[in-house]
Amino acid sequence: MKNFESLFAAWMVVWAVFFVYEVSVARRLAKLRDDINRLKQQMREG
Amino acid sequence: MKGRVTFALIASALMVFGGYAALYIAPDEKTMHAIQRIFYFHVPNGICSFIAFFIVFIANFAYLATRRPKWDWLGVAGAEVGVACSTIVLITGPIWAHPVWGIWWTWDARLTSTFVLWLLYTAYLLLRGFLDDPQRKAMFSAVFGIFAFLDVPLVYFSNRLWRTQHPQPVILGGANSGLDPTMGKVLLLCWVAVACIMAIAIADRYRLERLRYEYEELRFEVESRGTDARTQVEERR
Repeated sequence: MKNFESLFAAWMVVWAVFFVYEVSVARRLAKLRDDINRLKQQMREG
Repeated sequence: MKGRVTFALIASALMVFGGYAALYIAPDEKTMHAIQRIFYFHVPNGICSFIAFFIVFIANFAYLATRRPKWDWLGVAGAEVGVACSTIVLITGPIWAHPVWGIWWTWDARLTSTFVLWLLYTAYLLLRGFLDDPQRKAMFSAVFGIFAFLDVPLVYFSNRLWRTQHPQPVILGGANSGLDPTMGKVLLLCWVAVACIMAIAIADRYRLERLRYEYEELRFEVESRGTDARTQVEERR
């Protein structure tokens, strides 16, 4: 198949962008959850 | 949680099946052959970026009308996902263009207005980072988001109004436009797959912004408690 490399590259770009974006959101979510738990702990301890 | 995982699995399966359909089910295009199959990822991401930016536009209007933070969260979620989709459009477009046009990029009306659209919403997201006060941040980005949306109809009509290197529209185009029925079905399948991924990404990003709001509220409470305690100690002295 001619230009298969370009086609494959485009297909990988679609997956890579969505994957990297979802990972970045998941990491930011996990960090925020940790920060919130830390603040709640701080509040409980007075 | 279980529903989210199921939906994510369905969306991923649709993406895989969409990829298979684009490669093996869709008929070969007569002039461009295999490279034309990029169309099945390029166009759905373009449509999804328009939908995401339309969500930003509606959310920004709703924020200005109601001043409820949830509209601001939806606005930023839509903007980030829209930028992700238009990034895909701006990368897959040149990969398709190079073997067909012999160049990666040209400053025609469609390509330039799409690049400007990407810049506008990237600026929208950057602008938020420069402002600390949540209400000012939401207010400024709502106004900017409404202004930025003006570029969406410009992108859509650019290859209808001007002669461009970018092909004329095949969907809702002129008398000579149109798509083979099988190509149309594969395009629809790929669009549904990308739209599902977009919906998941917007929902996740919205959740992140809601948590950030909760975090700011908690931090304010902790800081004000600390200030109260210090004042009491000073008063006792």
